[in-house]
This record gives sequence, C-alpha cells and structure tokens, in this order.
Amino acid sequence: MTRYLLRKLGEALVVMFGVSTLIFFIQRLTGDPTFLLLPETATPADIEAMRHALGFDRPLVVQYLSFLWDLAHFDLGRSVIQNLPVVDMIGARLPYTLMLAGGALLVACVVGVPLGVLMALRHGTPVATFLSGLVVAAQSLPTFWSGIILIMVFAVGLGWLPPSSAGGFSHLVLPSVALGLLSMATFARVARTAVLDELSKEYVRTARARGVGRARLVFRHLARNASIPVITVAALEISNLLAGAVVVETVFAWPGLGQLTMQSIVSRDFMVVQGVVLLGAFVTVGLNVLADILYSLVDPRITLTTGRR
Amino acid sequence: MTAMTHSHDDDALAELRALKLATRARRAKFLRRAWPLLLILGVLVAVAILAPWIAPHDPLRQNLMGRLKPPGTEARGVLYLLGSDELGRDLLSRVIFGARVSLLVAFGSVIISGVVGTALGMYAGYARGWAERIIMRVTDVFLSIPAILLAIIAVAVLGPGLMNVVLVLALTRWPRYARVAYAQTLALSNAPYVRLSRFMGGGMPHILIRHVLPNIMGALIVIATLEFGLMVLFEASLSFLGLGVQPPTPSWGATLATGRDYVATAWWIAVFPGLCLFLLVLAMNLLGDLLRDHFDPRLR
Repeated sequence: MTRYLLRKLGEALVVMFGVSTLIFFIQRLTGDPTFLLLPETATPADIEAMRHALGFDRPLVVQYLSFLWDLAHFDLGRSVIQNLPVVDMIGARLPYTLMLAGGALLVACVVGVPLGVLMALRHGTPVATFLSGLVVAAQSLPTFWSGIILIMVFAVGLGWLPPSSAGGFSHLVLPSVALGLLSMATFARVARTAVLDELSKEYVRTARARGVGRARLVFRHLARNASIPVITVAALEISNLLAGAVVVETVFAWPGLGQLTMQSIVSRDFMVVQGVVLLGAFVTVGLNVLADILYSLVDPRITLTTGRR
Repeated sequence: MTAMTHSHDDDALAELRALKLATRARRAKFLRRAWPLLLILGVLVAVAILAPWIAPHDPLRQNLMGRLKPPGTEARGVLYLLGSDELGRDLLSRVIFGARVSLLVAFGSVIISGVVGTALGMYAGYARGWAERIIMRVTDVFLSIPAILLAIIAVAVLGPGLMNVVLVLALTRWPRYARVAYAQTLALSNAPYVRLSRFMGGGMPHILIRHVLPNIMGALIVIATLEFGLMVLFEASLSFLGLGVQPPTPSWGATLATGRDYVATAWWIAVFPGLCLFLLVLAMNLLGDLLRDHFDPRLR
C-alpha cells in the first residue's frame, strides 16, 4: 500500500513539474511576456523598466529555474496591476468558486445518480431510452446558454431567484444548476454502468431468488458496490466543475476565480491568469491521485497488484 | 492459387460473401438510425457554405431605428424574422453566418489535433522505448490541465482571432487522439499481418499507414466526432468570454454574450444562437454514440 501510494505521488510530482514547464513556455509563445503585462500605450522605456523589474531580461534558463523555485515555495508571483501577491488574490476568490462547485456537485449527484440507477433498472425499456436521451441532451447544453435561459425563466420571468452576483443561498441556486447539469450526465452514465455491472452478478440473482424486494436490493446490496466508481468519478468531476466555473461565473457575475481570471485577462494582469491555471492543474493532478487512493481503499483487490486494473 | 482445391475456394468465397453481407447490414442499420442526425448536420453545413446567398440581410448592417426588435417585426422596410440585436442587425442573418465560425473552427481544430495526435500516438505505440515514454508523459501533462483553462491562457497569450482559436484548440486537444491511437497501435503491433509485413521488409511508415491506421480508424472517428461537438462548445465559450472571434464577425458565442446583457429585454438574442449551438452539439454527441455502436458494439 505504501509503495503504491509513493509511486502515485511520484508520478503526480512529475506531471506537476511538466505542467509548470508547459505553462512557463506557453507564456513565452510570443517571445517576450512583458508585452502581456503592459497596456498598448506603453513606451519603450516603460517596457524596458518592466522587463528589468520582473527579471525578463535574465537568461531564459535562469527565469525558468527561479519560476520553479518560487512555485516550490507556493509563490505564484505578484499581480502587476493590484500589486498584491497572486496567492492572496486567489485566496480571496477561492471560497466563492468552491461554493459554486460544491453546489454544482450536489446538483449533479442528486439528479444524476438516481437517474443512472433508474436507467439501469429499466434497461432496454422505452423509459431508459428516453432518460438516456435526456442525459445526452444535458451533456450537450452549453452552460452559458442554460445559465441565461435559467436567468430568463426563474429570475426575470418568475422572479423567484436573483439573476446574478453573490449573496445568500438563493444566489447560489441558478449557477449551481447551470454548472451541475453538465456533470449530471457523467454521474448518470457512471451510475448506470456500475449498477448494470452489479445486476449481472451472481449475488443479485441469488438475492432475487431468495425473494429480496427491489427496494431492498437496490439500497442494501447494489448501493454499496456500485458506489465505488461513482465516488471515484466524483473526485475527477470536481476539476471539471472548477474549470467550468470560469464560464458560469461570467454569466452570473459570480465573484469567484473565473471572474478574477476574466478581469485579469482584460487588465492584462498575466501573473494572476497563470496562477489560476496552475492552481486548476495542480488541483486536477491532486484529485487524480485522490481518486486512485479512494479506489484502492474501497477495492482491496487493486492494492494487491499495486496498479489500477 | 491454382494449388487450392475447389472446396477451399468455395469456402473462402462464402465466408467473404457472408462478411460483406454482415458489413452491409451493419451499415444499413447505422444509416437507419443516424439519418436524422446526418440530415441536421448536412443542413447546418449547407447553411454555413451558402450563408451569403440565403441570409436575408447583411449580418453587419446596422439599423439604429430597428434596435432590439422582437422576432417577426418590421422596421424601416426590413423584416426581422428572428428579431434584431442591440445595433439593429438582423439576428437570423447573424445566426446563419455564425454557423460558419463554429463549423470552421471545429473542423480545423479537429483535423489538426487529430492528425498530429494520431501520428504521435501511433509512433509511440509502435516505436516504444524513449519515444513512448516521452510522448505519453507529455499527454499526461496536457490532459491534467483543464482544457478550457489551457485554451484560455493560450489565447490570452496569442491574442484572439479565428486562426489563433483553431491553433489553440488543436494544441489543447491532440493528446486525446494520441492516447487512443497509442493504445490501439500497441494492441495491433503484434498482429499477424503486422508481423508479416515487418518480416517482408515493410518500414515503419508503410506499416503504420497501410496496416495499422485502417484498423484504428473506427475508434479515431468516434473520438473525432465527440471532439467536434466539444470544439464547437469550446469555440463558443471562448467567444462568449470575448477571447474568440472578434466583433463584428458574427459568432454564436459572442452573440450569446450580447444576449446575456439584454436578458431582461430581448430574450431572442440569446435564445436562437444558443439553440443552434445546442442542436449542433447534441447531433454530434448522438452521432458519436451511434458510430461507437457501429464500429464496436462491445463498447456499449
């Protein structure tokens, strides 16, 4: 178990190193990143001063190494516009994005899992066909469109919920639904496959033959075994939700990381954009490791072979 | 050939005929289920190509007397079938021209990322060794950055615009194809016909293109179809955020961003382009599922 964990963590570190390198070089795709940080009206003297202040006049290798050194110390640099550490700016916005992603995850689970279970139990019937159509439709919805439609219907039309910005719980409902609908499809698919897998197993036949009722079968027997892939997928979905939040936050003027990213792009505050992307990537890598660990914890067969599947 | 006995020949022929029939039956089944989707896609492609001839108005012509008119109204002799936007431009014409951007970007990025990803994946799966380790590690790195974030930072660096969006999406998505091509090539690299070709002196390009590629094409087409829908969504997201195709060029995502600002007063601006976007992505996703059934029924 420890060896397995150490190997997974080692792999994650390698990927994180790769991600940092990739982001570092993407910044330099156009040559000099100084231009990303300055308004178009900057004079050559301004550019030179900025280049020197940020160390962009040093050799590339030195810049790269110091970038990695800072990262290793959780230093994402300073915002050029706000003159604040990027870590602090992200810290101020992160709770909002986490709230939104949490709400969306809840919506996705609460709607998606029962839908998937129902699809599996009614496998091959018109009900299942209809539901799977519904799932594909939800998956094809652009979040920014469903968000606008939700605002139209529930905020402008019916006046039940506030249309935008953060506030009480009621402000969280519409953005969570818009973002959650997308992940809902993933949960439904995974739950469906998991339950179908379990249904084909021997113990289910035995239980049925013993006269165990449907409800008891689903809740007592299936739920426990089928929950493993669902939990794993939940860990993986969180990173998708965080990324999706960028778009949804723009629709709902939600003051999270997405809004910060967009504001920073407009004001050419590139250090902040880079910080958010790095954070998103690191969280994804971390969640992948977490999913692996979860998987090996709930399914002892995996640790024996020290590898997934 | 002449050494073969008659019965052998007949058996082989019968087998071949049965195989052909089965293939034809599968194709017929696929077409029977997929024709409505192919029809929708065909219509959208036709609309995009024929946009200048079928759009009722110039999508860029402003009419400040006819701002924010609801669908079906007429202002100064111009009939707005789907209404007009905040500058009095005809929404129907803008939606029709917007199809061009969506399809062009999705098509371009899928082709580029598909070709690059497939080539790298097949090479990694066949050459093995260092190439395999490096290429597959790089795909790990790319796939662990949330795709939309990677696209956003790359567009923020390169600047917005049609070509840049295509390039950025291709840069972001090639690992998807590389993974699939790699796994499939690895599985095929010891197939009898591949070994035979190698034995007979076939070089790597020959083996990969003539023997491996035709056999992994099905899986790649399924991925490409699903990716096409995703690329349409990504382009629209970037344009919605103001990072995609720049105004005044009509695109569905950018029009939706306008619609968001007029959500209380002009519902049509957001509803119609969004509906087109939804239909296109839905058609691609359903088609991808059907293609998966068609190429490999076991996968379901």
